[in-house]
Amino acid sequence: MRIIYLYGVSALLLALSFHKSREKTKKALKKAWKSFSKIFPALLGILILVGVLLAVFDADFISRIIGDESGWIGVVLSAVVGAITLIPGFIAFPTASVLIDNGAGYMQIGAFISSLMMVGMVTAPMEAEYFGKRLTLIRNLMGFVFSFIVAYVIGKVVGGLWF
Amino acid sequence: MVLIKKFKGALISGILLGLLFAWDAGKGLEAINISGFALTEMLSIIPPIFILLGLLDVWISRETMMKLMGKESGARGVLLAFFFGSATVGPLYGAFPVAAVFMKKGVKFSNIMIFIGAWSTTKIPMLLFEISSMGAPFALTRLLVNIPGIMIMAWILDLMTPDSEIEKLYERMERM
Repeated sequence: MRIIYLYGVSALLLALSFHKSREKTKKALKKAWKSFSKIFPALLGILILVGVLLAVFDADFISRIIGDESGWIGVVLSAVVGAITLIPGFIAFPTASVLIDNGAGYMQIGAFISSLMMVGMVTAPMEAEYFGKRLTLIRNLMGFVFSFIVAYVIGKVVGGLWF
Repeated sequence: MVLIKKFKGALISGILLGLLFAWDAGKGLEAINISGFALTEMLSIIPPIFILLGLLDVWISRETMMKLMGKESGARGVLLAFFFGSATVGPLYGAFPVAAVFMKKGVKFSNIMIFIGAWSTTKIPMLLFEISSMGAPFALTRLLVNIPGIMIMAWILDLMTPDSEIEKLYERMERM
């Protein structure tokens, strides 16, 4: 669904651009290709690594370490797993809801989801190519710490302690 | 040699995959399956993103972009950074090339950081999906914590990065 809309918009704009200026459109496509070929090799490595990591850290493994009684240790572990792995949201959310049905705690899942999205150890080398090592490190570390704040609030609100 | 250097990451990952295979062939196959799936996802999402990126680069002038999200853009720039980050689809690695074009066009550094934060966490299509699988309290609580969180982190990142390094980053983006 989302993809169709994305393709629709870019096709429309591309047609519009072509109608206005053939030269500029050619230049745009050339630039698009250049940026793509620049990141493709790094991406390929990332995607292979994602497969390896997810085969090792599967749902079984994750649910074992983040039960409701696992407390803050569970929160830390789920944040670490979230930081290491790279799972698209439309797989992560259904998985998370299955994990909760199987006894994972909201706080732990909150940490997992949050660090999964904000922290990218696998994509860090690529991020560093753009933003440098120092900034990449700080951004990811902050995202990691932030996921504990998210976990805490989610635990209180959704875990039913506040409302 | 250049080729090997370029594909160094893929090579290392490939070796890890080989080790996983040697350790447990079933897991190895699972890994290939997952990678294949991720690769299809990438190949389907990336072409339109990069086409839009190319069009943005060619058609929107630096002046316009600076006015919208540059140094003097204020709250509007922040809102637009959130909007651009949240309206897109695709994994975080898609955000870096877009950020590079934004920087070439003179978008303010803190707005770039907000854009990256929003892309990673507050995507609108993803939010609807999150609500349906995790429930509204979970999704909305996360969103309400994330919006100020992203702004505060962008602000800290901006403060922690010396002007000289920011300048260097903008120069680096010219070559991206």
